[in-house]
Amino acid sequence: MKYNWNWGIFWQLSPDGRGTYLDTLIAGLGWTLATALSAWVIALILGIIVGVVRTTPVRWLRLLGDAWVEVFRNVPLLVQMFLWFFVFPELLPASVGVWLKQLPRSAFYTAVLCLGLYTSARVAEQTRAGIQSLARGQRMAGIALGLTLPQTYRFVLLPMALRIVMPPLTSEFLNVIKNSAVALTIGLVELTASARSIQEFSFQVFEAFTAATLIYMFLNLIVVAGMRWLEKRVAIPGLIGPGQAMPQAGH
Amino acid sequence: MLTGFDWDVIRRTAPYLFREGMTFTLTLTALAMTGGIVFGTLLAMMRLASYRTLSTAASGYVNVMRSTPLVLVIFWFYFLVPWIGGWLLGATRPIQVGAFLSSLITFMMFEAAYYCEIMRAGIQSIPRGQMWAGYALGLSYWQTMGQIVLPQAFRNMLPVLLTQTIILFQDTSLVYVLSITDFLGAASKIAQRDRGGLFRDQLRRVEPREAAPAPAGGSEPVARDSGRAPSWR
Amino acid sequence: MAMIEMKDVSKWYGPVQVLKDCSAAVNKGEVVVVCGPSGSGKSTLIKTVNGLEPFQRGDVLVNGISVGDPKTNLTRLRAQIGMVFQHFELFPHMSVVDNISLGQVRVLGRSRDEATARSMKLLERVGLTQHAAKYPGQLSGGQQQRVAIARALAMDPLAMLFDEPTSALDPEMINEVLDVMTELAREGMTMMVVTHEMGFASRVAHRVIFMDQGQIVEDDKKEDFFRTPRSERAQQFLSKILHH
Repeated sequence: MKYNWNWGIFWQLSPDGRGTYLDTLIAGLGWTLATALSAWVIALILGIIVGVVRTTPVRWLRLLGDAWVEVFRNVPLLVQMFLWFFVFPELLPASVGVWLKQLPRSAFYTAVLCLGLYTSARVAEQTRAGIQSLARGQRMAGIALGLTLPQTYRFVLLPMALRIVMPPLTSEFLNVIKNSAVALTIGLVELTASARSIQEFSFQVFEAFTAATLIYMFLNLIVVAGMRWLEKRVAIPGLIGPGQAMPQAGH
Repeated sequence: MLTGFDWDVIRRTAPYLFREGMTFTLTLTALAMTGGIVFGTLLAMMRLASYRTLSTAASGYVNVMRSTPLVLVIFWFYFLVPWIGGWLLGATRPIQVGAFLSSLITFMMFEAAYYCEIMRAGIQSIPRGQMWAGYALGLSYWQTMGQIVLPQAFRNMLPVLLTQTIILFQDTSLVYVLSITDFLGAASKIAQRDRGGLFRDQLRRVEPREAAPAPAGGSEPVARDSGRAPSWR
Repeated sequence: MAMIEMKDVSKWYGPVQVLKDCSAAVNKGEVVVVCGPSGSGKSTLIKTVNGLEPFQRGDVLVNGISVGDPKTNLTRLRAQIGMVFQHFELFPHMSVVDNISLGQVRVLGRSRDEATARSMKLLERVGLTQHAAKYPGQLSGGQQQRVAIARALAMDPLAMLFDEPTSALDPEMINEVLDVMTELAREGMTMMVVTHEMGFASRVAHRVIFMDQGQIVEDDKKEDFFRTPRSERAQQFLSKILHH
């Protein structure tokens, strides 16, 4: 039994007529990055807002925030992908639904939206935990100084909370990149899908998967290094950096 | 809005959805959890071992797994397992491995990397003195680990292990990419069969596209042979 | 004229009543020490003054403004009352001088330069000028608490509230904080101080309020409180705290 390794495969032309298999891979990487980064922006903005809302004294806002997190976190990402891609357009007025379905790159937009919302729930959970890990006295001190509640969040609570949750946010960032592979189920030809299409056309399955795996690991390294640098840059003198964090379940 | 929906399809297919799909998902989750925790604990012990080779190998494995998307790992093992199996059995061709076994191995190996990190923190949370106390009683490494350290570590980490298992439960939906029957896969199969159900238009919409692997093709019931022609078509 | 006036303030946590009809007053320029065993409601009481702890019955008037009235702009009221906390509660991500300037800039609308100048003057007063650029985490507890006092003073408060300002400090740092407070009292600041430091109370306070189980048991002139406490509970408390 022998597998015929052929690492030269990446320089051969692919049957889609758009260049070599390497080009296929690079195009896939491009979509992975575009999807992951756009989704991450959405996730950060929404996640921080929802996380803040969950710590405010306003009861109905808190409930709304809790519901947001429970829904988007507890339904498998794949199911959410399908719901947004297949079911959501049916819920809209017919004309809008059709327009949505015929939108060029609708898989990309759907993936970004879905992944962004899914991740926002996880970012929200981290943000809430970060804010609540601050001593209650910090909020009191801000309020006692005469700051309004929004000012207290802006100048006192969030700057500390976001620093504290940087390590878990780093792993959420890594998760977004990895989770973007789920978008292949709705037809987005991102990195994993392009590796699979190489396998399908050329049968050089292990070369294609090895290349994709290496690229994912490389992306991982870049993100981790970048976040370390950022953490160091915003570190506060006199405070012990966040030590070995408790492990968290997740991907 | 919603007029095109045929809610009755849920009632008609509930037995299939729950009996077949749910059974598959739960079986896969339970077995993968057991295997994953056992393998993950071994990995954790390796990572904490004083032999450089052991700890490097284990941490290398964990890091690769943790930086690769599950979907890609599923593909990897789908093709790799037949080859490794053939090699182990000295066969001349890759052996045929059922899709269930293939995905079970995948999830065990994949989740083990995550369970490993949890168990490692658990072991490290136990004071070093516990280990010494065990040795002082004349227990061996395996006895000390098995009787003293691991039970405590396991108990400390139970909540995190549970959360990870819930994530594993959700993750099993991704075997969909191999187009085998799990709870979610069952739902989309019904849609294909009925051709009047929820996903009709959308499936048409996806089919012409490349690399939408699963829904294409007919409705094959459960496992499909792997290893022969690595193709979904 | 009473700067702070409490009228029958009552507060419940669920079914538990933590403040029972507390009435007291702090006049302008007066220093009032609140003491009592732990869990007696002292900290809760002092936090009702600037509305950090809401209460269900009674009212608190600060400079004639009702804290309990929902129409009162609490934010503006709080800006006029300085507060010092047990655990300092400096903002760890801001330098010392920025901690003192934050409220001046964001609440009082002073310019950055104006605020910094004021902050530096206050730092000089609490003897920490050379630490201006440091971060709270780089200071000792006593130094942090002095910065916290400066931060409260920067708002030019009508009155100052101290909630166990020395309880979290190592013994050798207590005096540097008490000295600043004593100085402040000499200058005529209106102060309400929750503390166990009976030495400070006997030197600086005008009156002493003794609380137990959510009630104000005694409200005496300092001399009377230390010489002849009327209630048995206050006698017991004093004998425990003074004899060792």
